[in-house]
Order: sequence, then C-alpha cells, then structure tokens
Amino acid sequence: MPAESMTTSERSYLQEGGRFKGVFSWIFTTDHKRIGILYLASIFTFFSIGVIIGLLMRLNLIEPGRFISERTYNSLFTVHGVIQIFLFIIPGIPASFGNFFLPIHLGARDVAFPRLNIFSWWLYISGGALVILSIFLPGGAPDTGWTFYAPYSIRTTSNVSLAASGIFIVGFSSILTGLNFVTTIHRLRAPGMTWFRMPLFIWSLYATAWTQILATPVLAITLLLLILERSFGIGFFEPLKGGDPIMFEHLFWMYSHPAVYIMILPAMGVVSEIFPVFSRKNIFGYKAVAFSSLGIAFFGYLVWGHHMFTSGMSDISRVIFSLITFLVAVPSGVKVFNWIATMYKGSVRVDSPLLFCLAFIFLFSIAGLTGLIIGTLSLNLYLHGTYFIVGHFHYTMFGGAGFGFFAGLHYWFPKMFGRMFNERAAKIAWLIMFIGFNILYFSMFLLGLQGMPRRYFQYLPQFRMNHILSTVGSWILAAGLLIMFGNLIRALFRGEKAPANPWGGSTLEWTLPSPPGRENFRETPVVRGGPYTFE
Amino acid sequence: MFIPEASNSARYVDAAFLVIVGISVALLAGVTSVMLFLIFRYKRRRGTKAEQVEGGTALEIIWTVIPVVLVLVMFVIGERSFRLIRSAPREIMTIRVDARQWSWMFGYDNGRQSDQLRVPLGKPVKLRLSSRDVLHSFYVPAFRIKEDCVPGMETYLWFTPQQQGSFDIFCTEYCGLGHSGMLAKVVVMPEKEFDEWYAGAGAKGNRGLQLLLEKGCLGCHTTDGTLKVGPTFKGIYGRTVTVVTSGKERTITVDGDYLKRSVLDPGADIVKGFPPVMPKIPVTPEELDAIEDYLEHLR
Repeated sequence: MPAESMTTSERSYLQEGGRFKGVFSWIFTTDHKRIGILYLASIFTFFSIGVIIGLLMRLNLIEPGRFISERTYNSLFTVHGVIQIFLFIIPGIPASFGNFFLPIHLGARDVAFPRLNIFSWWLYISGGALVILSIFLPGGAPDTGWTFYAPYSIRTTSNVSLAASGIFIVGFSSILTGLNFVTTIHRLRAPGMTWFRMPLFIWSLYATAWTQILATPVLAITLLLLILERSFGIGFFEPLKGGDPIMFEHLFWMYSHPAVYIMILPAMGVVSEIFPVFSRKNIFGYKAVAFSSLGIAFFGYLVWGHHMFTSGMSDISRVIFSLITFLVAVPSGVKVFNWIATMYKGSVRVDSPLLFCLAFIFLFSIAGLTGLIIGTLSLNLYLHGTYFIVGHFHYTMFGGAGFGFFAGLHYWFPKMFGRMFNERAAKIAWLIMFIGFNILYFSMFLLGLQGMPRRYFQYLPQFRMNHILSTVGSWILAAGLLIMFGNLIRALFRGEKAPANPWGGSTLEWTLPSPPGRENFRETPVVRGGPYTFE
Repeated sequence: MFIPEASNSARYVDAAFLVIVGISVALLAGVTSVMLFLIFRYKRRRGTKAEQVEGGTALEIIWTVIPVVLVLVMFVIGERSFRLIRSAPREIMTIRVDARQWSWMFGYDNGRQSDQLRVPLGKPVKLRLSSRDVLHSFYVPAFRIKEDCVPGMETYLWFTPQQQGSFDIFCTEYCGLGHSGMLAKVVVMPEKEFDEWYAGAGAKGNRGLQLLLEKGCLGCHTTDGTLKVGPTFKGIYGRTVTVVTSGKERTITVDGDYLKRSVLDPGADIVKGFPPVMPKIPVTPEELDAIEDYLEHLR
C-alpha cells in the first residue's frame, strides 16, 4: 500500500459542493461520496420508519386489538416488509458505503458513470415516495404481505399497484447501481490494483452487483404483470381466468431469493474489511473469501424453490431445491471460518466495529443453522409459514445484514464525517442491542416450534408468553438503537476531529484525510501490494 | 418437544429435528467458543505483534469438505422423512378440505360435512385440499404437516392420528383480513365413536345452520356472540344497528328483509365499524328462506 499520506489543508468533499449551493449541491451532485451520504440519510430515514412500524406490530401482539385494528395490522406487516427490504437492506450497504468507498478502494476519482449514479438515487427516492404515498392515499395501505402473493394481491382493493410501481422504480435504481459498480471495478482500478489486490469489500460488491443486474429484471417483470393484471384483469395469475398463482411464487422468488444475497453479501464484505484491521493481520484465505462471494451469488440463483416447499409444487422439485439449498450454506460457512482464523496469531483489539462483527458472526451463524433446519424438507412441513421463519429471517437480515451495516457505520464514520464518536457509548449501545435482539427474535423460534403462524393479528392463549417476551425484547432493542444513533448524531456535531487513520487500516481510504477531498486522490495512487498489509 | 406428537409424521419430523438441531448446536458452540478463545488468546498487548499467516490450503479444503458432508447428511435425513410423510398408503379414507376466506369445511365421502375435521384414531387419512378463492395453507402443528390450498388445483396431505384429542388447525398462508381467525380443530376420536358420528342420524342437523356452514358464513360470523370479522349472528334478529348506506349512516332494526338483502347485496348496508369485505355468495330463494328462518330463532 502506498505510504504517502495526504495531510494538506485541502477542502473536503463536505465543503466542496461543485456548481450548486445549499441543498442543490447535494441532490444535483455527481460526487460518489456525496451520493453515498444521500443514500445513507435516506436509508436511515426509511429504516427508522420501518422500525417504528415494527414496534407498533409488536405492541399489538401483547394485546391484539387494543391499540391497532386487524386491517391496520395487516398493512403494518406489509409496509414494514416492503420498506425494510426494498428501501433499507437492498440498497443499504452497496448504495451508501459502496458508493462512498468503492472508487476510493480502487484508487479511482469516481464511479464510471457519475450522472447515472445520481439518477439512480433520484429513482430510489421517487420509488420510495410512491411506497410511502401508498400508505396514505384512499384505498388503504397495501395489505398483502411484502410477497404480494396472487390471487389475493389481485383481488384486494388496497393500494397494491401503487406500492408495486414504487418497488418497480426502486428496482431500476438497483440495476443501474449494479451496472455502475461492475463497470467501475472492471475499468477504473488504479495502476497495480490487480483483481487479487482488491479489498474483499469490493469482491462482495462485485458479486452483489451482478446479482442486482441479472435478478432484478425478473422482479420488475413480475410486478409489471401484477400491475397489468390488477388494472386490466388480464389473467396471468388468477386461476379463474386460467392463470397460475404458483407461477407468481416462482417469479417472485426467482428474484427475491437472490435478493437475500444482495442483502447479505455486502455485509460480509464489511466484516472481511474489519477483521484484518482489528487483528493487525492479513485476512486468512483471501481467495477463499473472494471466491465464496461469487459462489454464494451463483448458487443463490438456484435455490428460490425452498420458499415453496409447501406451495403445491411437485415433490421432485422440492427435493432438488432442498439439495442445492444445503450446498449454498457451505460458502457462507467457509467465510465464517476464515474470519475467525484471521484472529489466529493476530493482535486483536475489540473496538466497536469489531464488536458488531463478532455479533454478526454469532447471529449470522444462528441464522444459517436455522436455515438448515427449515431447508430440511420434512422440517419445513412443520415450520414453514410460522414464526420460526420470521425469526430465521430477522437473524439473517437484521442480525446479519443489519449488524454488518452497523459495523461498517462505526468503522467508516470517522472517515466519512471527519469526527470520532464516543467509543464507550457505542459499546453500551451494542450490548443493549445484542441482548434486545436475541430476546425479540429468539422467542420467535420458540413460537414457531409451538406452531404459531406468521402474519396473525391475534393468537391462541398458548402463544401469549412468548409474544410478550418478544415485545419486551423489541423495546430493549429500540433503546439500544436510540443510543447508537444518538451517539453517532451527537458525534456529527460535537465529536472530536478524526485523524486520517484512527483504526490503523491499510486500504486506500485510510491514506486520505478524514473527510476526503472532493477528488479523492490528488495523484492516482500506484498499488504495490495486497490490501491487508500490516507492518 | 414443545407440542404434542400426535401423528406418524410428527414422529418422523421430530426424529429428524433432533439430529439436525444437535448438529447445529454443536457447530454454533464450536464456532462461538473458538472465536472467543482467539479473542482472549491474541488480545492486543504491549510488546506483542501479530504474526502474519497467509492462510492454508489444507485448512480451506478441510473446512469446505466437512461442511459439505454434514449438509449432505442433513439433506438425506430430511429427504427420507419427507418421502415417508408424502407416501400415502393406497387403501385410505379421503376427506375433502375446502378452504375459503376465512373458514374451513371438511367433506366426507358419504356427503357429510363438518367445520371440524373428525378422524378415527389410528387410521390413515388422506386430505384432498383445495381453495375457493385465494391461497390458504392447511397446518396442524401437532401432526407436523402443512400444505397450501391453491385455487384451481388439488393438493394433498396424509397422516395417521396416534393420539386421541382435539388439535388446532391454522391457516398459514396469509389470505386477507380474517386470516388470523381462520382456525378449526382436528378431533381424533376412537374408531367406534367416529363410525357412529359418520353414519349418525341427524347428520344433517338444522338446514339453516348447515347452509351457513357450507357457504362459509361462519368463517366471519359466529353463532355464540363472539366477534370475528363480521357481526355475530347471535340475537341478530330484532337488533338495532347503525348501518352505512352509500356513505350515509342510518339506524335500522334487523328484520327478515334486511337479512336477505345483506346476503344478496352485501355491500348495500355495511354495519358501522365493520369492513366492507363480504363477498356475494350464490344462494337459491329456498336456501335463503332456510337461513333466515334459522337466524330468526337464534337467540
């Protein structure tokens, strides 16, 4: 890695807005760093809305009907899913940290298509606005569940078409971002930045970007067919008109399963960055970690049927999908082993970014192992459609992707904003969140084993204990989130000035001042070694 | 286990569950303890430095191959028990399961219909599942079986009940407003009792009640005063209610005409506080009279 540090008093990207002033210097920017911050702010907003909706759902479940009506509850879980998946986790890490750090990691000045990049954000915001609008317009918020299963989604009078249009538009944002990243990685690597000298975060974004490009069109088509069917009664999925509801499930999961990897792979990339830095050691098995990303992305296309083990599709297809599902678990396991082995003979310092990574490994391991349980054909007959699925899913998406996101947020915060947060408060927030998380979601496994179906506004008395436990967990988790975000927001204004390299990282972003200048590198860096070289 | 193990399939599932959860817990404990050990063993101390280790091909192969073997073992366990659970014997009693928003109806070969699934203890039973409207899923946790009810096609399940008693049936595919109220019971009875019920006199019961059941009305309206998606039928005749008629509220007293209109044109007068979701269900004038007669006397 180049050692020449840049400590001149150059104006940072936060001060240098380009042609426009004020808010326009943000929404019309083409600077990948500013776009990353735009995404970060929008994602944070949508995430907060999603969390509040989640808390309302948990509130209903301590005493169904007391606070929230049945109709409202059905909309809440639909909108919660739509927001958290399409507007938070899928864009999450790639669009915020990816935009900010991908060009810097490669030694480039920007992404390959900067204007397409800001256009992607506009699409994302417009689509997100439509989704939010669908909650408030007459007709009522969508009440189908985030999966929009036909024929119910065709027959309901709620604003399904509007929400689906929103997701359709957000999908294009995702495709264009993927296209931008793939091109940037292929074309804009600095001299000496060979494929195997790229940081592993880039490898994970590369695998993710291909999935975004190749899988998202399937979602777009599916939603378009749904909208056409709702508007003109065409009969793609409505059995009364010769349509096939199971075909909708196939189309939907053909995207939405690979999308799970769009959500988790970038988080794995973040974790792969943090382990070496806090162990002062090269990553264990660089190529294994890099290729396992590609392996996950590839096998991820072939397992969508495991969402449909009880859908009525043929038994032989269930057997095949189960087999491939088990195999896709292996590359994830390989990653976990390599991260842990990275600490071997290292010099480990447990700062907040690493703490979030350790939580990631623990929670993601539970997610993966419960995934094996529900990937087992016979067990799926028992647990599909119950709270076990909800628990598994949140361990993957929140415990995995979410905690990975928080890890990245703490790791890169000093670089992005030039300020340090309070480390002690970050650790306290982490502990509270970790405890709250496990109470909230582990009780869902127990509910699932008891047979409690998901998407139930009310329930039989035998489920009450675990529901109360879970709701209490949601309050603890929310308290932890408040402390964490409070700490970071406070640091934005009052934090100590961050040095260029507070964690002793060895990738290119740490050679730049915090926050970086508008053009990233004044001179294009020349790369002479691997990404994780510690003296 | 967490719930009764009341069928043959429950035994297969629980046996597989124990093995797979066992492997999973061992893996989780292994990963977590190695992780914690390394953190403490290689904690950063003054004067110590990291020793650069690049990785090792042998290790990579080991921790790829062992998981592959483990997951294949899990797959085989799951596939074998799945095959047992899906292979119904030939000589078997079949019951039709008719799902609709938001009730279950069970039809027997002799024409008998019931809103509870009554089955004889120890005899294999095959369920032929279908749906009248949207997707539903038939789930009995105590039997560890589940399959979607898909409009326009027939799916199946089978089981041998091995424990007498009454077990919950849930709908586990979200199906709209009343989804969480779409419950029923499996009643497992001794064979002799079942036979009596099956052939029983008075099987038809009250014609009006039978119609309410067959047409799915009881999915949303109860006869015992409890509230589901729609108003209860108990004491409905002569009740004073506020209804919304084309956007305007008015107060009426329920009579025969109102009841009939509500069936024929459910959207005309919506009782205040209830959602306008009732579908039009075809009825003959004779059926409508029987229903009205039943409701008039339901106190």
